[in-house]
Amino acid sequence: MRLKYLILGAAFAGLVSVDALTTKADAQDSIYVPLLTYRTGPFANSGIPLANGMRDYLVMLNERDGGIGGVKLNIEECETGYDTKKGVECYESIKGKNPTVINPYSTGITLQLIPKAAVDKIPILSMAYGLSASAVGEKFPWIFNPPATYWDGLSMIFRYIGGKEGGLDKLKGKTIGFIFLESGYGREPLPLLNQFAKDYGFNVKEYSVAGKEMQDQSAQWLSVRRDRPDWMIMWGWGAMNPTAVKRAAENGYPMDHFVGIWWSGSDDDARGGGKEAKGYLSLNINGIGDNYPALKDIKKHVVDTGKSQVDKEKFAENLYNRGIYNSVLIAEAIRNAQKLSGKKVVAGPEVRRGLESLTISEARWKELGLSGFGAPITNVSCADHNGHHSAYMQQWDGAKWVKISDWIAPMKDKVRPLLEKDADDYVTKNAGWPKRTEPCDKSS
Amino acid sequence: MFYREVGQYKTSYASDLAIFPILQDRIGIIVIVIAAYVLGWTANDFVLNAMMIPFLIFTLAAIGLNILTGYTGLLSLGTGAFMGVGAYACYKLTTYFPGVNIIIWIIASGFFSALVGIIFGLPSLRIKGFYLAVATLAAQFFLEWCFIRIPWLYNYNTSAAIEVPSRTLFGIPVTGANATAETRYLIVLTIVIAMTWTASNIVHGRIGRMWMAVRDMDIAAELMGIRLLPTKLLAFAVSSFYCGVAGAMLVFLWYGGAESTVFSINQSFSILFMVIIGGLGSLLGSYFGAALIFMLPIVLRFVPPHLGIPVHAATVEHITFMVVGALIVFFLIVEPHGLARLWQIAKQKLRVWPYPY
Repeated sequence: MRLKYLILGAAFAGLVSVDALTTKADAQDSIYVPLLTYRTGPFANSGIPLANGMRDYLVMLNERDGGIGGVKLNIEECETGYDTKKGVECYESIKGKNPTVINPYSTGITLQLIPKAAVDKIPILSMAYGLSASAVGEKFPWIFNPPATYWDGLSMIFRYIGGKEGGLDKLKGKTIGFIFLESGYGREPLPLLNQFAKDYGFNVKEYSVAGKEMQDQSAQWLSVRRDRPDWMIMWGWGAMNPTAVKRAAENGYPMDHFVGIWWSGSDDDARGGGKEAKGYLSLNINGIGDNYPALKDIKKHVVDTGKSQVDKEKFAENLYNRGIYNSVLIAEAIRNAQKLSGKKVVAGPEVRRGLESLTISEARWKELGLSGFGAPITNVSCADHNGHHSAYMQQWDGAKWVKISDWIAPMKDKVRPLLEKDADDYVTKNAGWPKRTEPCDKSS
Repeated sequence: MFYREVGQYKTSYASDLAIFPILQDRIGIIVIVIAAYVLGWTANDFVLNAMMIPFLIFTLAAIGLNILTGYTGLLSLGTGAFMGVGAYACYKLTTYFPGVNIIIWIIASGFFSALVGIIFGLPSLRIKGFYLAVATLAAQFFLEWCFIRIPWLYNYNTSAAIEVPSRTLFGIPVTGANATAETRYLIVLTIVIAMTWTASNIVHGRIGRMWMAVRDMDIAAELMGIRLLPTKLLAFAVSSFYCGVAGAMLVFLWYGGAESTVFSINQSFSILFMVIIGGLGSLLGSYFGAALIFMLPIVLRFVPPHLGIPVHAATVEHITFMVVGALIVFFLIVEPHGLARLWQIAKQKLRVWPYPY
């Protein structure tokens, strides 16, 4: 009998200790902003600058303004390693602490969290990634993906190409190559690309790159050499990008006809191609360089005081600024939520309202010390959780990115119907998808 | 002192051949099972969702691989893909027949996985060891390719992902976002216990002995009248069945949606490590292995913040990698036969404690 008690006791002690490990941290006097980041794993080279940018902007707000609306931000990073398993684990550990908004930073993790968001009342901000269809606010009240979807991105690339060719109708009979990471992310533009091919009469050549051949790609570029496409479009991430740029340069592909989406435009991506990468194009949604007052503040309050993990020479690189852009959206949504709810300490449900009526006008960008850093965010509404905002084209000059176009607007008339159809599809396939019950606020 | 068999007489062959011949073991296992069920009602969401549910699912996959690698001696690197077959099969089945209970489909999807396992197990008659590992590696890559290149498998979803619909059991949601962690945990626990019990019966019976004979020396086994091809294929089928069910549970009862990358080669490796560290040819070892490989990093990650040491999330991750790696090396040096063997030695020592002879 004593043995039984001993075992029971041991089991009980085990339970207690496990529970003690996961006690909930309560912080009532601060706004909790969790950041899912990845500084380790196969995509760390892209993840580190993003993580630094996101964190440093929010830390700067704490240091310079004492948080948002006088309330300090409690910033906590959770390492995902771009791994869905760890992402879910992070989400579970964050869920109980009143998070304002979750940035999954991986399409895989986003897909897991989409159904959970409405149940747990935590909004998800998947900035220009994730599920494109989640832009439809009636169906996905808790998911936001501003400023533009992948399909918007593709249509902007086509506007640029059309501009160079002297009209989209000039594409007739031409060949456009599409090289993409073999994943949900890489395949997402295909339906729209095929529709464009039908509309404008060009041929599409698909070159898919599986995750394990990201750093090789010789077979794909051999085919490119044979097919001689007039333009190349790339949907890549992580180690795939610099390799593709390098291979394109080696194969003598004209770099100024090679366009990447905004996730294929980090400084390291283009640098990988060496001198020959000069001319490589990529879309971008955020400003480049450190010539903004807000970035100077980050330098002064965060980087120079040793509160940042960023390498001095990597400060204000493209993906670092992308992280800042993401944090601006978070911060502005929180500010908006405070205004709408009248509360100082806000959590998920208020920030959802804040995101739904998020507006960052040109003047507001200037106020933030980021004049011209991003296209004005004006179209986010209850129905439209994306807004289909503009991006611009940048070109690698051999040492840095240079902005070469004005803001390019997406072809909303082509993209939106596809999105609506996709969202309907999602809802029908997920029988019992909850109807939207959340009321709608007037845009501020 | 407490753990000894003095006075426990075996009066029949059945009691002598029992899996748990000692009374204390039987009490212990009952207590553990009860504690596991009690945990479902007492533990918080994090413990259930982030630790217990995946731990049990990976244990089941490890048992599956253990049947193939540990009991039959056929090295396989296709575990991740076989799990994927189960998950995609379950997804297709429940889209075509939404009225049928999802738990039935989770179990049934194992049969699809078993079928695929048999097909890729065919070369095992001719090739052994590392060469077979390469053949199963082909299964891994081919199936992974299918998961992304055959849009029919994921119902032409634009993100190439499978999303789990809401399904209920007796009116309680068991899959989808509305299913509580407790419900899912209890279902996973029940399935894993039932399947572990089945596996234990299989490996201790005639079939298990056939497998072990093949593992120890296949020519000798053949001379004794064991037909190699059916035996090996049966091992592949049963192993893949377990992996398939584990994969279906992974997506339907834990993730709630998945891309093909979930079933990548890394998944196969991590299950293989669980089997090796836990102990080849031991069901208990599968539990130990899954606990060490999956749970230890999570627990380690929570140690520094709770001790109030301010470290960056990424640093914790690096430290966790190093500590887990070092522990694996340590355990393999101390006991190359895995944690299950360590446990056995501990029990043996305990029997004669405090007067060892």
